[in-house]
Order: sequence, then structure tokens, then C-alpha cells
Amino acid sequence: MKKKLVTLVLAGICVLLTQSSARAQMLINGAGATFPYPIYSKWFDDYVKIDPSVRFNYQSIGSGGGQKQILAQTVDFGASDGPMSDENLAKAPAKLLHIPTVAGAVVVTYNLPGAPTLKLDGPTIADIYQGKITAWNDRRIASLNPGLKLPSSDLVVVHRSDPSGTSYIFTDYLSSISKDWETHVGRNTSVKWPAGLGNKGNEGVAGQVKQLPGTIGYVELAYAHQNKLPVAEIKNATGAFVVPSVESVTEALATAKIPDDFRFSMVNPPGEKAYPISGATWLLVYEQQKDATKGKKLVEFLEWALSKGEAMAATLDYAPLPPALEAKVLERVKTIKY
Amino acid sequence: MTTAVGNMPASKARVFSHGVAGDRLFKWLTLAMGLSVFLLIGLVGFELAHGSALALKKFGWRFLISSDWDPVNEQFGALPFIFGTLVSSAIALLIAVPLSIATAVFLTEIAPYWIRQVLTMFIELLAAVPSVILGLWGIFVMVPWLREDLFPVLRRTLGSLPLFTGPIYGVSILAGGIIIAIMILPIITSISREILRSVPGLQREAAYALGATRWEVTRIAVLSYAKKGLFGAAILGLGRALGETMAVTMVVGNRPEIVASLFAPGYTLASVVANEFSEAATDIYLSSLFEIGLVLLGVTVVVNALAQVMLKAFAGPTAQSPH
Repeated sequence: MKKKLVTLVLAGICVLLTQSSARAQMLINGAGATFPYPIYSKWFDDYVKIDPSVRFNYQSIGSGGGQKQILAQTVDFGASDGPMSDENLAKAPAKLLHIPTVAGAVVVTYNLPGAPTLKLDGPTIADIYQGKITAWNDRRIASLNPGLKLPSSDLVVVHRSDPSGTSYIFTDYLSSISKDWETHVGRNTSVKWPAGLGNKGNEGVAGQVKQLPGTIGYVELAYAHQNKLPVAEIKNATGAFVVPSVESVTEALATAKIPDDFRFSMVNPPGEKAYPISGATWLLVYEQQKDATKGKKLVEFLEWALSKGEAMAATLDYAPLPPALEAKVLERVKTIKY
Repeated sequence: MTTAVGNMPASKARVFSHGVAGDRLFKWLTLAMGLSVFLLIGLVGFELAHGSALALKKFGWRFLISSDWDPVNEQFGALPFIFGTLVSSAIALLIAVPLSIATAVFLTEIAPYWIRQVLTMFIELLAAVPSVILGLWGIFVMVPWLREDLFPVLRRTLGSLPLFTGPIYGVSILAGGIIIAIMILPIITSISREILRSVPGLQREAAYALGATRWEVTRIAVLSYAKKGLFGAAILGLGRALGETMAVTMVVGNRPEIVASLFAPGYTLASVVANEFSEAATDIYLSSLFEIGLVLLGVTVVVNALAQVMLKAFAGPTAQSPH
């Protein structure tokens, strides 16, 4: 009796499963960076309306994980906040393309009485993060902010404790500005921080800065906007102080030097209105797609994302690609074979 | 099964032999369950060693004594994390053990029946608070209070000791220790309570008969009788303390540095794994984090073994039968 019942139930489940899989759309799997997750998930949601036959499954497991998964070919595309290193790229079984999608900025936030708008430059930030400047009324900060009354309180540095693309952009910028930083600390998703307190995630850093008077920290532009944190204006390569914004980041993208394989760093670009601490995020796709139908659908999606999708970026505080770069990237997408 | 039960009245001998077979089966089954614990720990150790092979080969024993944690130059060492784990756990035990035992004494020896019920329920509720919630409470309530109120007082009164000097951030190794203390309080309290409850009533009556006061009864007849068990309760708490992760990560400051001051930020073995594991990009980095896990397992084993030795040495074999 019981056996029969179990068999019946199992058969029923099997029927249901086959039916649902027959109805299901094609599933394209991706994994990687957390920073572009909000815009990617918006793209995937909207794209279902354009082409109902594909569905995207994106796991925001972090850039390191995204690189590992695409190298192991367990996903159809990877995503990373930093370009892959030569060493990692050499492990790829076939030619892997970097497709830049959007860019973001890293902003410097702080906890000072009255939340004034602070002006800072690269060498000063490097010295602060190396623990060489320990008080707010240090003359280097004061000389950048004439007329601002700075307290004599201790300056406490806050940084990320988890490896992240945000830290990569920040340390990439400091390395490009300060020789001392480059040799002693370097650029990476996590580094040996010379000073300060570590906190996990943007929310951890922002929380610590909000809590503790006299702190300085760095978070993503989108996070700072949404939580209305005070942000510093940063002196760029032309000597102008620039407010971090979607426009000033797109300006940075437009003036940055971009190599042919799109593995670029866009910190401290020469544009007059460019915000200097910014970085792009990439999708990682094999040039030769294994599955022809999947490959075709993926290319169609990329073409849509890089044209229509880009227009949604600014509403989510991401900087879209400037038109010239967009055209170049679209051309590259067309070279994907399937 | 059904056929065996059906045969039962037919032949007593068969039932008997079936019973013996069942006993044997039961014995082997429980043995297998018992052995599976060894197997599980063995597998965990093996997997950790396997994952950390690269780091073990590259750094060797240096990993245990190096203070470097530099993902850029790929130099890794565990010493600051071992230090942070041991210090924060020690602080936690110093706070939690006296509190727990005092609570347990109150619950078993002094409190009226209805208070026991209510208080026990609250202690068990404390155990049910998720770690991340305690961490949030730590960030938003405890740390500001430590920074504004407790730490300045400690620095003013005990500032001559190197333990209570230096700048105050709030997040610190001491804050980590206090959070762990709160987390291990319920387990030590409930085990201590069970142990004190198992002290025979005759013990107390004999002490009262000799004219002892309530404090003397508790001290001589109850606590000294139960000291071995209470020590064991503390050890179980320590086991938990060494591995606490989420809440500690949120208040400890996450700075791999060895500083004498308890106000300074620190880092624990469990915290660094939680923070960095998901995004560790290079092989040696990942492997080093595996080795951190292996070291944590090692520290737990060594500390527990030391505790067993101490237990034998100080409680003595007579502790269980002090007649």
C-alpha cells in the first residue's frame, strides 16, 4: 500500500518537474561583483520583457569569485570590479573578453561637527591613510580648506576589512598619486593598511564613520548618495576640486586612457571636470561561446545592455559609458563567436 | 520488522535470539555514531590541511610567528589573530564565569521557585538572540557607551596599567571580549545550574546541621563539591568563545596588530576568515585563510587539552566523591 502511494507521489513529482522544465526559458548563469548588482538585476528584469525566452541568474558572490567561476567555466559570464591580472588571465582556457559596463566612484566621507564640505587632494589622503596625519587641524588639511575651522581632535581612519572593488579603486588611486603608497602599501582589493579601523562592507564603514566623531572613511558614491553622507571634493589632475557625481565620473571615463583589451584603470585622468577616484566594472565573456543558442542570446543581451541599458545607469548612481567608448565596446561584443 | 513482531508469540527462543541480535545491532549502531564524531573532526582537519597545503609549504612554521598580513606582497602570518582570539576569549571568560556561576547559585540555592522559572527563561532567550543582532546592538548601543562612559573611567582609574592606555575608539579587543562574554553567559549559566542542582541535598543538610550560614553552605557544601563540573562548564564556554565570529567581527576593530592596550582594535582568527574568505582572489591568499582555519582548530584543541590537564591537576580525582 505505502509503496504504491510513494511511487504515485514520485511519479507525480516527475511529471510536474518535466512539465515545468518544458515551459522554462533558457537560463544564462553569471556570477561575480557585488558593486554593479543593482543595475545588473534591473537589466535582467527589464530584459525579460524584451526577450521572454531567456532568463538570467546572477549570483553576486564578489569579484574574486566571479573571476574564479568564469575561469572554471561553471558560469556563462563572470563579473569583476577590477580587470583580471595577467596571471589570472593566463589561466583562462580560451580568450576571455573584458566588457566594461558602467563606472562608479569612491567618495571620501567623514564625521566632523557641522558636516562642512571638505576639500582634499591625493597626497593628503595618502598621508592620512598612512597614519602620518593624525589631527584634523594639520596644516596640510588646513591649507586645502582656507576659511574652514577644523577641530584639533584626533583623525581616525576607517577602511574596509573585507576585500572589495571599492578598496581596489581607492588604493589604485593612492598608488597612482603617491610613490610612497605604491611601494609600501600597493593596490589591491585588500591591502596591509598602515593605520585605522576595519569594517565590513560599505554599510560597516559608513556606520563606523557616523558613530565615531573625527573619523574619515571611503564608500561607494551610490551608497553615500542614498544615505546622504558628507563627501569631500577631490583635487584632480588638472588642479580643480571636483564633486563626485555621475557626470564627473563619466567625464573621467571619457578622458581616461583606455587600452585595446579594455583592461584599464581610470584613476586620476587628465579631464578638467573628471573626478579622480573612480573605476569601471566589467563582464567577463569568452570570445568563443560553447553553446551556440546561449551565445547568441548573450550577445543580444549585451548589445541591448550597452545601448538601452546604459540609459538606466544614472538613476541608480552609476556612470554610463561615454558614447565613444560605448561604440568601441559594442564593436567588440560583435566579435563574440557562437 | 513486521514479520519479526508477528512471530513473537510463536517461539520464545526466536524472540530471545532476535533480542540478542537487536542488542548487537544497537551496540554497533551507537558505536558507529560515536565513531562518526571522530570521523567528522578528522575530515574537517583533513580538508583544512588540504586547503592550506600551499600556505603550509610556502610559510612553514613561520606562519604561526609572523605578524605580517599583506595580500599585496602575499605575505601571511597568523600571530596577531591568535593573540586576538586568545585575549578576547580570556576577557570573555573573566567576565562570564563569575557572573554565570553567581547566577546559577542564585537560581539553585536562593531564588524562590517562580523567579527561577522566569529567570531561566530569560537566560535561555539570551542564548537564542542571533549573533548578528547582538553585533548590531554592539555597534549602536554598547560601543558608544563604552567609548563615552566606561572606557574613559577605566583610563582615569586604571590608566597606570598598560592595559588601559592609548586612544579610545570604542571598537576594541575589550569590546570584542565583552560581546563574547554576553554570548557565552547562557551556556555556562545553564550548565552550572544543572551541576549545582545535582549536588545531593544531604550535602547541604549536613552543613546546616553543623551550624553553617547560607554562604558557608554554598561555599563549602555546594561549590567545592561541584567545582570540577563548574570548571567543565567554563571550558565549554571557552570552546564557544574561541569560535565566535559575527558579533565579534562587528565590534573588534579588525586590525591585525599586537598591542598591550585593551582599548586598541584587534582581530580574531574567526573574524579574518569571515571577512576575507569570499573575496580572496589569489591562491596563496585563499590557502592562508584555510590555514587560519586550521590554526583555529589547533588552538581550540590545545586550549581544551590544557584545560583537561588543569582540571586533573587542580580538582583531583576525589572531587566527584568528597566523602
